[in-house]
Amino acid sequence: MKPLIEVRGLRKDYRRGGDVLHAVDGVDLALMPGESVGVIGESGSGKSTLARCITRLERPTSGVVFFRGTDVTGLSDRDLRWFRRQVQPVFQDPLTALNPRWTVGRLIAEPLKIHGERGAERRVGEVLRDVGLASELMTRRPRDLSGGERQRVAIARAIVLRPSVLVLDEPTASVDMTVRRALLALLKRLQSEHDLAYLYISHDLRTVGETCSRTIVMCRGRLAEQGPTAAVLNSPRHVYTQILVSAIPRVGGATPRGGRLRARPLPWQGTSPDSGCVFAGRCPRALPECAADPPVVEVTPGHRAACVLAGRR
Amino acid sequence: MPGLRIEGLCISIGDRDVVRAVDLHVAPGACAGLAGGSGSGKSLTALASLGLLPRPARVRAGRILLDGGETVAPDRDRTARVRGSGIAMIFQSPRAALNPVLRVGHQVERVLRRKGRRGDLRQRCVELLGTVGLLEPDQAARLYPHELSGGMCQRVLIAMGIASEPRILIADEPTTALDVTVQADILDLLDDLRARTGMGMLLISHDMSVVAERCESISVMRQGAIVEAGTTRAVIDSPRHPFTAELVRDLTHPPGTGHEAGG
Amino acid sequence: MGVPDVSSGAGRPGSARLRSELKRYPSLAAGGFLAAVVVIVAIAGHIAPPHNPLAINPGHALEPPGPGHWFGTDQFGRDVFSRVLAGTGTDVVIGLVVAALAFAVGSAAGLVPGYLGGWIDDIVMRVADIVMSFPPFLLALSIAVVIGNTVGNVIIAVTIAYVPYIVRLTRGSVLTARGSDYVLGARAVGASTPRVMTLHVLPNAAGPSMVQATLMAGWAILDVSGLSFLGAGIQPPSPELGVQVAQGASYITSGQWWVSVFPGVAIILAVLAFNFLGDYADDKLRGQGG
Repeated sequence: MKPLIEVRGLRKDYRRGGDVLHAVDGVDLALMPGESVGVIGESGSGKSTLARCITRLERPTSGVVFFRGTDVTGLSDRDLRWFRRQVQPVFQDPLTALNPRWTVGRLIAEPLKIHGERGAERRVGEVLRDVGLASELMTRRPRDLSGGERQRVAIARAIVLRPSVLVLDEPTASVDMTVRRALLALLKRLQSEHDLAYLYISHDLRTVGETCSRTIVMCRGRLAEQGPTAAVLNSPRHVYTQILVSAIPRVGGATPRGGRLRARPLPWQGTSPDSGCVFAGRCPRALPECAADPPVVEVTPGHRAACVLAGRR
Repeated sequence: MPGLRIEGLCISIGDRDVVRAVDLHVAPGACAGLAGGSGSGKSLTALASLGLLPRPARVRAGRILLDGGETVAPDRDRTARVRGSGIAMIFQSPRAALNPVLRVGHQVERVLRRKGRRGDLRQRCVELLGTVGLLEPDQAARLYPHELSGGMCQRVLIAMGIASEPRILIADEPTTALDVTVQADILDLLDDLRARTGMGMLLISHDMSVVAERCESISVMRQGAIVEAGTTRAVIDSPRHPFTAELVRDLTHPPGTGHEAGG
Repeated sequence: MGVPDVSSGAGRPGSARLRSELKRYPSLAAGGFLAAVVVIVAIAGHIAPPHNPLAINPGHALEPPGPGHWFGTDQFGRDVFSRVLAGTGTDVVIGLVVAALAFAVGSAAGLVPGYLGGWIDDIVMRVADIVMSFPPFLLALSIAVVIGNTVGNVIIAVTIAYVPYIVRLTRGSVLTARGSDYVLGARAVGASTPRVMTLHVLPNAAGPSMVQATLMAGWAILDVSGLSFLGAGIQPPSPELGVQVAQGASYITSGQWWVSVFPGVAIILAVLAFNFLGDYADDKLRGQGG
């Protein structure tokens, strides 16, 4: 089976004054049809930038993005119209991601209109039902809805053209825990009903643990670790992943205080290293070897970590 | 009776009760948890304790006592503040709570000055910033909020909160906008401060796992009322209210993150 | 978190909403009232003026206000009241036309450079800067003197002076809107650049320039009547308010104040009406901003 999305050597740089920020610094990724891949990491790790490069809302600085074998890396917005039908983003905050002056009906119908599809009204009703919203909401505006309803509208808009991939950037971050479960259930159902592949970006490890079969861990633009979710979260091999996992709140607080693995705090004037492991500056287990580019260790088939300590135990 | 005691609190907007008969107790040095979704009234309850209810809302009935002294009662002037070292509060979205055009050290000093502190404010400010875990606090004091990360901003706000040496700290969703590692660091910091100063804490969150990890007792709020309350162990192990049961269900670590206590 | 919003009035009947709107925004009440007066006056002046504004009646020159001529007569015996009615109509229409034109041209000229950036942005902004370096009235005066003083040319002259301000305001709002997530969202579903600009960015960016345009209607009245007063604008015998003030100016010292003062007050009231309406637009805009 060929991957729907394939990313090789993706790099995205931003210029700030005289400095260059390597937001994404050499990432490889593959997404198969119907699969859910999670992307985790702290803020600033490059997850959202990666998402925007994959959905081609940004143009990568270098590297390639393939969709169904076609190179979409350098295409203009006009040439990407067919691609946009297939790969849709869902943003974190539906309040800002949906035009505040438009009604729900108009928002969901817009993709249909742009791509010249007929029967918009019927399709909009269909999709609203699909995401569990009453059709009366068609005439309301996003700000009149609850957070959960808004996100459902955003999802409806994303699936109305029957895409094959959804790239979800923190889709449950702006809603309550109580609403989160319903949204995740909805996403799961939509996935199996419409054979969707998900790229699920989140800093919430628990959500990713519940929804994704494979997970990649990003640290400062690079891949720290990747593999089956259970492996990555239960037996993380990269120190960075271990730190993330040990920070998950545990019920009852029985873990002794000193038991949590912590990163060293960054000094105020920090610079990212040009070579070597990007995490070395904060790593509590850093070794002299970490000044060189880390090896990619295949811990078990499919589970890889870019850490000198990965193979040792 | 020491600590913060909320008795039968009713808050209304117009003629509608949005918070009904809420009872809460935060003992000195303890951490009490308040869990619930948005719209459950947990934030209003917290704001009422500081006399900070926004205009249309008011305390209709009940009372709030700090160390046995009444601080809030119905018909009392809504702006009555707890004098001296009393209750402090920190909120969600730390960067939004800071003044973007002032250096953070300056903002901490202002709080010190307002609380009647005399003497070397600079010195005390740097001490506080160090207490909340900022490296090189004298350097940190000279930075502007936009130069700090979310977690660091929250530390600054905690510094401002504890500047008055409060006996109770109310933390309303203090880590919701933050990364999981930063969240753990901030919660550790709060636990540490509690142990050091004997301050009691009311931790409010919609994330049950945060409350369950850090608090000795949990009250669950829904639609303005407390639907369940008890020790953390009791509430987690045998929830009685169906809403609590739902929240607790979310805690069961799914395959992939299975970490039980004691691991 | 926070207090539920009890203030939005969606769903109530139209008259109740109007009343609550009037109570919330005193500027609407004031401006609406004045504007209504001005508009009624203008229409009445066209349909049924008591006397022909242009009819000369030398025998009744410079009569003070009285039963037959409520505002008196001017030096040619023309009824000042009828002239004020007609002139108000002329000026209000000119003001609205200038505001509408400035808004249309300025919004377009601010939208395209603001959204696309690059050299288009640089050129348009530099041109706008150059035009804005002249005080608007003097600029309009110079243009009017050069291109001649028909009504159309006066409108053009004043509009040219106003357009850059709208361009700048629009561009600023566009820059903000351009970075919004909903613009990203529109691109993500395949919207073309023109579509994003006109359907998404412009409606959300037009607010401040609409407020400005409303105010500009009032200022245009001032500028046009000022130009006419100086002789560079509308020419007599057209009963434009500025022309009337000019023609009556020399009679103030000899005691026939009514020839200048009534048109002058009309100018003030018309400008005030648009100022209040502009205030209301501003209040409304800020209210929605949250």
